[in-house]
Amino acid sequence: MTIREMKEALDAKFLYGEELADLDAQFVFSADMMSDVLAYCGKCSVLITGLCNPQVVRTAEMLDIVCIIFVRGKLPDENMLALARGKSIAVLATDHYMFTTCGILYEHGLRGGA
Amino acid sequence: MSEQLTFTYTIDGDDFTRAGEASSSVKNKLKMLGVSSDAIRKVAIAMYEGEINMVIHAEGGTISVSVSDDAVTMVLADRGPGIPDIDKAMQEGYSTAREDVRSLGFGAGMGLPNMKRFTDEMQIDTVIGEGTTITMKVYL
Ligand SMILES: Nc1ncnc2c1ncn2[C@@H]1O[C@H](COP(=O)(O)OP(=O)(O)OP(=O)(O)O)[C@@H](O)[C@H]1O
Ligand SMILES: [Mg+2]
Repeated sequence: MTIREMKEALDAKFLYGEELADLDAQFVFSADMMSDVLAYCGKCSVLITGLCNPQVVRTAEMLDIVCIIFVRGKLPDENMLALARGKSIAVLATDHYMFTTCGILYEHGLRGGA
Repeated sequence: MSEQLTFTYTIDGDDFTRAGEASSSVKNKLKMLGVSSDAIRKVAIAMYEGEINMVIHAEGGTISVSVSDDAVTMVLADRGPGIPDIDKAMQEGYSTAREDVRSLGFGAGMGLPNMKRFTDEMQIDTVIGEGTTITMKVYL
């Protein structure tokens, strides 16, 4: 599924990275605790989270995540978006809750990594 | 690269938003040196966990990273409170992090076990009241 397709399925908006919209992903990880992400993300290249601070982008960077999806209408600040831009990590925001976000992407064929 | 390269960083213990800058810099440097992406990932995860720990548990410190032909060696030294019981601290889920740290997405008690999991060697030297030095190696 491409980032663009995820955006559409989730009624999400691009906060950064429309130019990355054609990147394809198969495996997704979701968590609010960054150490859990670091431990278990494995081959996942998309991160769904309800946590919103610069360490989310840093964590994504360490793991070569290509897209972060913020749920529950969380909006990263300019500092976070600048970090994401610097690392070419696409950022989507959706109003759906975590469970619904995961469910929609699962229905579209995306899977967890481990 | 036949000679050893060393990078050193000072970690500011008061600035959570900047934590991870050193790990990010090391990740870029290793990429430029042509280190395998598998090894870079291990170094990045282990160093980032250690860097975060220095900020949330130990008021900052210094990190030095050296790269030789056969390994990346990270030495993280702080002047924090020390770790009273290393065996306990190494257990998954054990954390003394305060609630405000948890609300920032850390304090799951996974950092030290992650550092162990993603490195080939890890040693913790700690003195209560004086500080902690963690040395980690990832083989190339
Ligand atoms: N540099 C340090 N100085 C003093 N104490 C430390 C240091 N690093 C870790 N500790 C202690 O060891 C415990 C376990 O560390 P660990 O990194 O595994 O978990 P955490 O930092 O609490 O949570 P997480 O890493 O999941 O965000 C910490 O809660 C803290 O008590
Ligand atoms: Mg930790």
